[in-house]
Amino acid sequence: MIEVENLTKFYGPHPAIKGLTFNVNQGEVVGFLGPNGAGKSTTMNILCCILPATAGTVKICGFDVFEQSLEIRKKIGYLPENPPLYPDMTVTSYLEFAAKIRGVPNNKVAASRDRVLDKCVLKDVRHRIIGRLSKGFQQRVGLAQSMIHDPEILILDEPTIGLDPIQIIEIRKLIHELASSHTIILSSHILPEITHICKRVIILNDGEIAAVDSLEGLTASLNKSERLLLRVRNSSNGIADKLQTLDNVLSVNAEGDKEFMIECAMNSHVQDQVAQMALEHSWGIEELKTVSMTLEDIFLKLTLEEKGVDA
Amino acid sequence: MRNAWVIAKRDMGSYFNSPVFYVVTTVFLIIYSFIFFNILNFFSFQSVQAGQFQGMNVGLNLNEMVIEPSFHNMLVILLLMIPVLTMRSFADEKKGKTYTLLLSSPLHLKEIIFGKFLACITVVFLMILLSSYSVGFLLILGQPEIGPIVTGYLGILLMAGCYVGMGVFASSLTDNQIIAAVIAFGFSLFMWIIGWASQAAGAGLGEVLQYLSLIDHIERFLKGIIDTSDVVYYLSFIFFFLFLTHRVLDSQRWR
Repeated sequence: MIEVENLTKFYGPHPAIKGLTFNVNQGEVVGFLGPNGAGKSTTMNILCCILPATAGTVKICGFDVFEQSLEIRKKIGYLPENPPLYPDMTVTSYLEFAAKIRGVPNNKVAASRDRVLDKCVLKDVRHRIIGRLSKGFQQRVGLAQSMIHDPEILILDEPTIGLDPIQIIEIRKLIHELASSHTIILSSHILPEITHICKRVIILNDGEIAAVDSLEGLTASLNKSERLLLRVRNSSNGIADKLQTLDNVLSVNAEGDKEFMIECAMNSHVQDQVAQMALEHSWGIEELKTVSMTLEDIFLKLTLEEKGVDA
Repeated sequence: MRNAWVIAKRDMGSYFNSPVFYVVTTVFLIIYSFIFFNILNFFSFQSVQAGQFQGMNVGLNLNEMVIEPSFHNMLVILLLMIPVLTMRSFADEKKGKTYTLLLSSPLHLKEIIFGKFLACITVVFLMILLSSYSVGFLLILGQPEIGPIVTGYLGILLMAGCYVGMGVFASSLTDNQIIAAVIAFGFSLFMWIIGWASQAAGAGLGEVLQYLSLIDHIERFLKGIIDTSDVVYYLSFIFFFLFLTHRVLDSQRWR
């Protein structure tokens, strides 16, 4: 469906993305994950034929983004990071406008408008001025706009940014529903979001692909180990070494002489042993907790691992 | 063509939904009316004088003494007003990020540009139409010749089209509306007075400059003559600036 090969984009002398290669199959929901400035939006803009690439090719449904962009633009619905809304229009007139410029025939405009109003739960605000709507509603109008022409492919750039938790859940549910009938690419810098929606994740870092993996694969690789944070009151020498001797402990990182990050095998319940040891040596436990992997950890891990390979 | 019309309709809607159109039109009509009635007053004063002395009424002509100078003045007021209307066309889309909606839709760039142009020129047409009450006034009071009035309006519309073309072009250069307005105003004024340099430039170049000058082509329209060379000049002027807009917007995607 979407074939990206060696995609590179320079902004002046600065490369935004460097040689991206990936495929997206029909009906797949793929997440772009990456910190700000990783090149997510740039990639999406190129896929939507808004920006031309410096090098590399993108083929969508067999059409080239550069040569046959008009064909592709008919098949793609795009929600940019800032929803492209005219604040002085009402929701209905805006959606009708979007339908018309997206090539919906005149006699089907009203039907498509009502369909997306229904889908995005916008019926109650249909006659309001967009500029006066809350951010959550505006985001939904943006989403409605992206699917007004019933595109095969939806590209959503951070669809839940700036929303409150309830709205986030609603949007996620909506994307879930759409996933059954559309190919979706969405980007985010929030991990749980991706894990909730996507089947496959492409992690971008500094304009390069740090990892492409299915969600299962990614979580599995992350769940090989879990981490414990131990903080003690009484510092003494050799705590790290002693902890290292425990079964199932993979590594111990001392952060100062009172704080230790213990990496241990999954579900090994090392907590018990650590606590016992701490009591025996009267280190004085202040805190002992499992630390979940954050997005930062994943990036660090992935980027560090890659550097390790290079070296 | 349908796409251009869709764009134009949305733009017109945003003109009529915002105070811009109403403020600009009101100011335009007030200043134009002020000038028109002053000219008319001067004319009637002269007529009265001419009535007192036999033989002086030769050459008193509504078309030449009222309508022509009014139209000239209208062109100056439009020069000041149109940049305010055109400044939003692309600058606003870029600033409001709505430009991505247009770019990600299956539209040709030329359809977007023509739609924007169409919206502005329609709004300007409406302004000129409203101001035409003044001519109606003269038709009730006297017997001005209709021909030069019609051709005069055609000329004004063509020249306004040039202003709009330059305005849309200026708006495509930036995402700042004020900069767009200032550039549009600068272009329009410069193209108006460019003929002044013809004397200094010498014979060959001077003629070219004279020909390029916007104001040089309006005279015949106001006199009631439609010269195809003038029509061609105005139309190619508009086309040239819309073409430049196309080049600018196209090249901006590469940066």
